[in-house]
Amino acid sequence: MVLHKLKRLFSKLGAGCINKIWRLGAGGRLFWLTLISSGESFRRFRLTIREVYFTGVLSLIIILVSAFFVGMVLALQGYHTLQKYGSSEAIGVLVALALVRELGPVVTALLFAGRAGTAITAEIGLMKATEQLSAMEMMAVSPIARVIAPRFWAGVIAMPVLATLFSMVGILGGYLVAVPLIGVDAGAFWSQMQANVDWEFDILNGVFKSVVFGVACTMIALFEGYDAPPTAEGVSRATTRTVVTSSLAVLGLDFILTSFMIAV
Amino acid sequence: MANAIVEIQDLSFGYKGRLLHKGINMTFPKGKVVAIMGGSGSGKTTLLRLIGGQLKPTKGQVQVGGEIVHQQNREGIYRLRRKMGMLFQHGALFTDLSVFENVAFPMREHTNLPESMIRDLVLLKLNAVGLRGAHALMPTELSGGMARRVALARAIALDPSIIMYDEPFAGLDPISMAVICDLIRSLNDALGATSIIVTHDVEETFQFADYVYFVADGVVAAEGTPDDLRNSELPFVHQFVHGEKDGPVPFHYAAPEYHASLLRGAR
Repeated sequence: MVLHKLKRLFSKLGAGCINKIWRLGAGGRLFWLTLISSGESFRRFRLTIREVYFTGVLSLIIILVSAFFVGMVLALQGYHTLQKYGSSEAIGVLVALALVRELGPVVTALLFAGRAGTAITAEIGLMKATEQLSAMEMMAVSPIARVIAPRFWAGVIAMPVLATLFSMVGILGGYLVAVPLIGVDAGAFWSQMQANVDWEFDILNGVFKSVVFGVACTMIALFEGYDAPPTAEGVSRATTRTVVTSSLAVLGLDFILTSFMIAV
Repeated sequence: MANAIVEIQDLSFGYKGRLLHKGINMTFPKGKVVAIMGGSGSGKTTLLRLIGGQLKPTKGQVQVGGEIVHQQNREGIYRLRRKMGMLFQHGALFTDLSVFENVAFPMREHTNLPESMIRDLVLLKLNAVGLRGAHALMPTELSGGMARRVALARAIALDPSIIMYDEPFAGLDPISMAVICDLIRSLNDALGATSIIVTHDVEETFQFADYVYFVADGVVAAEGTPDDLRNSELPFVHQFVHGEKDGPVPFHYAAPEYHASLLRGAR
């Protein structure tokens, strides 16, 4: 009896592992097919522009409002600690570096996964469930070129723009708390920031991170939708998986990228 | 058959070792309306997917216009599909596009026609299904029957030589059903196309089909003209055509003996 249960446990574990590896392979295959089908979608770039609107422009509100609050909290917390060491004028640098290097790309990606990623998964999943993708296939139109690739590139374009806007608005929120509210000197706030934020090491690395997060989040959302069982339950599970997998991928990739960037 | 546009030869197909079709032979002559009938789950829709090259047969082959479908590469299959139009069970209209754009979709994807010509052609196709006035609506604003007709207009957008219908009558009211029946026949004759209809609606189909195949247990159980089948003595065909609840197709799904299940608790 115990042996039987143990056997079942191992076979379940094995099946789970095989399934995960299979999904990774299928995701990789979809990524490859998306890349080789991209030429077709670039030729009709208005499709991608349309998706930039849906994934990027419509995510602006949540991204910008969050950025504003994150910036304000950073300034409050930063000031609270910095003043103990008598260096409260460094608050501008702290806010800017935290946003540009880490919080901008990471929080934007997490919000993007929740706002746009879920929408992409649900849309593709429902298109599959209502046979729209099959219909496209039967009309000799590749759904990967027509549906997947434009959404992929839209996500890759939108993410760095959103992350940059996040950092900008966050810095503005930090400024409003630090300068008019707390009374830090405005000149010190901006000049310290200007002197200590490096274009290549801080800003470009941050943008690079957000491009990588854009590829990961969008591809995960697309794959989950494309792979979803064509039922209500299947689509809802896929949507949940998009948020969970994207968030973990973003945090994991952030660690890897940061360690490379700091090592270099 | 010399003028067969689609031919299914000794076709077997299955999932995970379980065969759904076991050596099916069918012929679809040019210009005819041919129905494939059978109970739910008998693999009728799968046959359409095999003809369209969305699935590969386990054994045997499907020929479209003399070419073996599963031996084609992606470009070859896409080339064959451009000759086909397919009406999906629930229409499968693109919900983010208007009725007009749905019908224009295949034209925009496969031709370089000027916008004015696309407009004329789309209105012509919509007029053929009686929905020219609905061109600006979104698919969510259409009734089930209207959505099916728009999907039909989209299926014939590029004047296909083969039109496939997957359960075209499912869930329709009697008026919409009569309209679709009429459209299937008239469009087939007007376009000089060949129609393949997968359905289980006996009465409607027998009114306009030229030839009918019955699929049961993975084989062609019977075939013939609607009149032949109406008078058929084969028990399965008789049960199906007359809608009898018990016969060769049992009412009960295979189960252990009833009172034994009750006594032991169903497993």
